[in-house]
Amino acid sequence: MQIICNGKIINMPKGSTAKDIGDFDVFVRNGYGITKQTELFEGDNIVAVKSGQVPNKEDFNQMIFARNGKDASDKLNKSCVCICGLGGLGSNIAEMLTRLGIGKLILVDYDIVDPTNLNRQNYFVSDIGSLKTDATTNILLKINPYVQIVKKNVFVNSKNILEIIECADIVVEAFDSAKSKAEIVNTILAGSDKIVVASSGMAGIGSSNLIKTNKPMSRLYICGDMQSEAKEGLSLMSPRVNICAAHQANMVARILLGEVEC
Amino acid sequence: MIKINGENKDLNNLNLMEYLKSCGYKIEVVAVELNGNIVKKADYVNTTLHDGDVVEIVSFVGGG
Repeated sequence: MQIICNGKIINMPKGSTAKDIGDFDVFVRNGYGITKQTELFEGDNIVAVKSGQVPNKEDFNQMIFARNGKDASDKLNKSCVCICGLGGLGSNIAEMLTRLGIGKLILVDYDIVDPTNLNRQNYFVSDIGSLKTDATTNILLKINPYVQIVKKNVFVNSKNILEIIECADIVVEAFDSAKSKAEIVNTILAGSDKIVVASSGMAGIGSSNLIKTNKPMSRLYICGDMQSEAKEGLSLMSPRVNICAAHQANMVARILLGEVEC
Repeated sequence: MIKINGENKDLNNLNLMEYLKSCGYKIEVVAVELNGNIVKKADYVNTTLHDGDVVEIVSFVGGG
């Protein structure tokens, strides 16, 4: 019988199990992990991995394919997403989109990592003092050394945003200031045909279930509870910021894979 | 009738800027879509909402 292993067709006797493929430690079939003793069948598509080794680019893509499915992975790998702001939302969204297998990310932030960021932003003590674009890039390349990254160390405003997002399929708005959120959403919707996945209201420890993805306009999605403003007495805290970040990252995945409703 | 954020309101010939201010919106943090098109901030003062218009107003709060 013929099976596909790590993208290559191999011939095996009927009744073979995963361990018969060779000296590998982890086997994934159709997105699910199988044991070494699992019987293989004609046409199975297997990704086999040796623990402790960094795969080359082709094998790496096969591994993402193994979990996400090939059709989804092909589309995501060809996509470019611009993340505006690398704070609590953006730094976490960048990590999720990298694990998802997005091929190219444009990372936009002018700021450096400071100690007060560590309660919710995806950085380490060793990143303090680094540009957020540099620190995030280092983290993302540890997850996927083959993700393409474009760094933009600029303060975004209505004058430069359209140039920055030019080659992106989707723009993620992950700023802190309400004025900046409104400014870039207005500018992008009026001046381009891009889709924006924005955020509003995720401070404090209110119910997780109040955070939603809404689609108020034809090219605008907004994630959050729309109310919980970060202010004195209501600070931004890790769980809710991450919930909102995950809403945004999942909406990006849905749009790129053709699911445009929230 | 003008449909604003999904709700039909018995209004006509309404100035957009005046409406936003009367509702207490902070102009610098809103985005407004009129019949599927975004309205530029500079045009709020010159925009009149008419019978049958569909308007979406979003207002951002800070945090991220």
